[in-house]
Amino acid sequence: MKWDEFFVTGDPLIYGADVSIVLTMAGILFYMTRYKKWKWLWTEWLTTVDHKKLGIMYIVSAVLMLFRGGVDALLMRTQLAVPEAKFLDSQHYNEIFTTHGTIMIIFMAMPFLIGIINVVVPLQIGARDVAYPYLNAVSFWTFFIGAMLFNISFVIGGSPSAGWTSYMPLASNELSPGPGQNYYLWGLQIAGIGTLLTGINFLVTILKMRAPGMTLFRMPMFTWSSLVTMVIIIFAFPILTVALALMSFDRLFGSHFFTLQGEGMDMLWANLFWLWGHPEVYIVILPAFGIFSEIISTFSKKTLFGYKAMIWSMLLIAGYSFLVWVHHFFTMGSGAAVNSVFSITTMAIGIPTGVKIFNWLFTMYRGKIQFTTPMLWSLGFIVNFVVGGVTGVMLAMAAADYQYHNTYFLVSHFHYVLIAGTVFGCFAGLIYWYPKMFGYKLNERIGKWVFWLFTIGFNVCFMPQYFLGLDGMPRRVYTYSEESGWGPLNMLSTIGGFMMGIAFLVLVYNMYYSFRFAKRETTGDAWGGRTLEWSTPAAMPPFYNFAKIPEVTGLDHFWRQKQEGKVEKLTAKDIKKIHMPNNSGVPFIMGSFFFVLGFGFVFDWMWMAIIGLIGVIGTLIYRSFEYDDGYYVSVEEVIETEKISK
Amino acid sequence: MQRLKPFITFGLLMAVFMLSGCSDMVVLDPKGPVGEQQKDLIMYSIWFMLFILLVVYALTAFIVYKYRDRKNHKGYDPDNEGSHLLETIWWIIPIIITIALAVPTVKTIYSLEGPPEETKDQKPLVINATSVDWKWVFTYPEQDIETVNYLHIPEDRPVLFKLTSADSMASFWVPQLGGQKYAMAGMETELYLQADEQGTYEGRNSNFTGEGFTDHTFDVMAMSDEEFEKWASEAKAEAPELTKEQYDKLMLPGHVKEMTFSSTHLDFVNHADEADYAIKARERLGYEPLIPHSKEAKKKREEEKKKKQEESESHGDSHAH
Repeated sequence: MKWDEFFVTGDPLIYGADVSIVLTMAGILFYMTRYKKWKWLWTEWLTTVDHKKLGIMYIVSAVLMLFRGGVDALLMRTQLAVPEAKFLDSQHYNEIFTTHGTIMIIFMAMPFLIGIINVVVPLQIGARDVAYPYLNAVSFWTFFIGAMLFNISFVIGGSPSAGWTSYMPLASNELSPGPGQNYYLWGLQIAGIGTLLTGINFLVTILKMRAPGMTLFRMPMFTWSSLVTMVIIIFAFPILTVALALMSFDRLFGSHFFTLQGEGMDMLWANLFWLWGHPEVYIVILPAFGIFSEIISTFSKKTLFGYKAMIWSMLLIAGYSFLVWVHHFFTMGSGAAVNSVFSITTMAIGIPTGVKIFNWLFTMYRGKIQFTTPMLWSLGFIVNFVVGGVTGVMLAMAAADYQYHNTYFLVSHFHYVLIAGTVFGCFAGLIYWYPKMFGYKLNERIGKWVFWLFTIGFNVCFMPQYFLGLDGMPRRVYTYSEESGWGPLNMLSTIGGFMMGIAFLVLVYNMYYSFRFAKRETTGDAWGGRTLEWSTPAAMPPFYNFAKIPEVTGLDHFWRQKQEGKVEKLTAKDIKKIHMPNNSGVPFIMGSFFFVLGFGFVFDWMWMAIIGLIGVIGTLIYRSFEYDDGYYVSVEEVIETEKISK
Repeated sequence: MQRLKPFITFGLLMAVFMLSGCSDMVVLDPKGPVGEQQKDLIMYSIWFMLFILLVVYALTAFIVYKYRDRKNHKGYDPDNEGSHLLETIWWIIPIIITIALAVPTVKTIYSLEGPPEETKDQKPLVINATSVDWKWVFTYPEQDIETVNYLHIPEDRPVLFKLTSADSMASFWVPQLGGQKYAMAGMETELYLQADEQGTYEGRNSNFTGEGFTDHTFDVMAMSDEEFEKWASEAKAEAPELTKEQYDKLMLPGHVKEMTFSSTHLDFVNHADEADYAIKARERLGYEPLIPHSKEAKKKREEEKKKKQEESESHGDSHAH
């Protein structure tokens, strides 16, 4: 790597990005210094171990990544709008679809949901924080650093261009030389550590920190979905860690796990990748299912239909998610028996998923349905997700899949499940729990505009792609000929894509508008909720969440208390001193060393990687000798925070 | 019910649109028994899927309309938390649908492993298809000839493709003849296809293989048996021999025009047994892969762009004459 090639040059789009990055940085520096915000940033955010603040940071990062991944998507749609377009060249297009896929899955969908889980789950189970608050901060900073490392690739050194699946041998040194693919390996590896830690942290939190009386079968459905997700994470992510490590050895140290030379086995990468990759799909869909369950129940003013069936179907889906990975490459020639088995297991996933759809529908049956924006997103989910579901069953039929594979039919299918499922879920959850996070609701009128713009745009964008796929248009081509006849439907698809882009801008405007003008909530129960997170007296719970840990007597505890007029009022007698963890700057510093480590490996600068590694180990050792037992919040302080009159 | 009308109309319109559009789309317009079987399976499944969509949409529309919050709301039952009967119904119906889809799927999967039923007594024509970034090398071992980036096949006779790759993982796909299969270095996969109609069909690699992937395509010409034999013997007699030097040059990443040879590369290498042949050939020729954002790579891209432009311009001229 020569120094004059360190920064990516030669493209006006990149120069534009350079300028906007420098301007944004300068703007932030100026603002922070002018208004003396540095100390506030450090003590309130960078060193926090509060699950609500970490959750908000996750969500803010995810929204930024949604913007980045969305810009990638619009660049692609612009290039594909007309045949033989010259807007992007092949290499540039390949980099963009690679970063689009990777960012949307790893750095947008997952952190968005983990952010919501962070904010909501401890509140839903009546806990004061997660089991390991310090570890939670490490999770966030490794995710954030991994995301930043991956994102700078497009201005420094060049982005990866082997697809988010990075199939070998295409992703090897021989066919994809340079730092690009290393960014993929190290960005994902570092972020993956954080995800695995989150998995362990929330599994323990949900199993061990529930309020008294909340048995497993009294847990809210979102908590259940989070629990199942954490189990999947714990089993799936080590596979990714190992696969990425093996490919890193291939690229950095000349080993031959997946390469063309030395009897490497490229099919092994595909298998390992999807052994993680398919469960990953369920990691980003199950929490969304949980969100919809909460919202549909709340706004139908009715208990969830078939609570136990919902749980069992989720457990079935989780188990199946590890038994279907071969359907990502039916065309590898594994033979009729293997393909038949995996066809059937894949189709079978449709059964519990179908059950869930009907249970949601019958939760509304005999209810009193209110069309709030979170509810609109949930209804939109049902209507659109079913399209993704049935086309998923079609793709599961291996003999037919030989014709759908690698085409826009597949592209459309997974966008129908990931957008109508995960993204709708993220939006619904964000809007639903927004008052819990910020003390006011997002404007409903603007919110409905966002919903309709986005949903219509989404269908205009992706419905034509099913037909393009059946007409033989392969995915990942950077252009196509006039004679192919794919022009008109592609143009339609691009128009839909831009509608979604506009909807995103309106959503961001709504955040600004509501910040300025929304009525502030005066109680903790903004929507007439059913679960414990709505039972806090203040709109935004204090840092210790509950002054007195609630005692739970059944499902939808808070709702039934309200129905029976038995909502407890806190008195000064109830208050005892509260044990809380201390803030710590170490997770942030450790994250920074991870960045040094990752950056060193990306450019094969071993000295730098070793410095980073020493830093990471150093912070681990430091932490081991740190005897920090937390502190107590005094009774007086709690009484004052809760505004209890003596 | 008045409000449901637009939904129903929309559903019917979609069904009509889909059916009328079907015959135009290549996957649903097969020209051989393999693609035919796949089309039948696809159409069979589409009817089930439309039925499922109809049920879910009708139910959603009914429930959302009837139980929306309004004055004189009737039937509110906040503790209605489940029904064994209903839940049993919607566990069983999807199971039945899954079985109804699984049986023909498994049958078709097994059937596609061999030559088509109606021509299984004929000896299939064997063609080795080898993907090299970003071209296809086709070998006719029995005829002892080789082509690059185009295929000639006889109609009404099964063709057994033996697929492999010299470098990245590719997927051999001729949509109008049938589904695809991967071509991988150090591996040999088999795919039966057959054309029942004469004509030219587009084939391509559909698995992403890097910068030249988009133009990683070939044409398949299906012709009568006599024409095929005539072409093959002419190629054997008239085409030049394929030397190892020439073949090594084909190993360099890039695009080439259609070529014909009167001997095959199987004389010196089969990539199914020798996964690193192409990499070694590139080393022998002093080829070094370029980092995409290095100065050399950018210069090369500029040159190729210019070349492509000139080509298309001269192409336009010839049309004008």
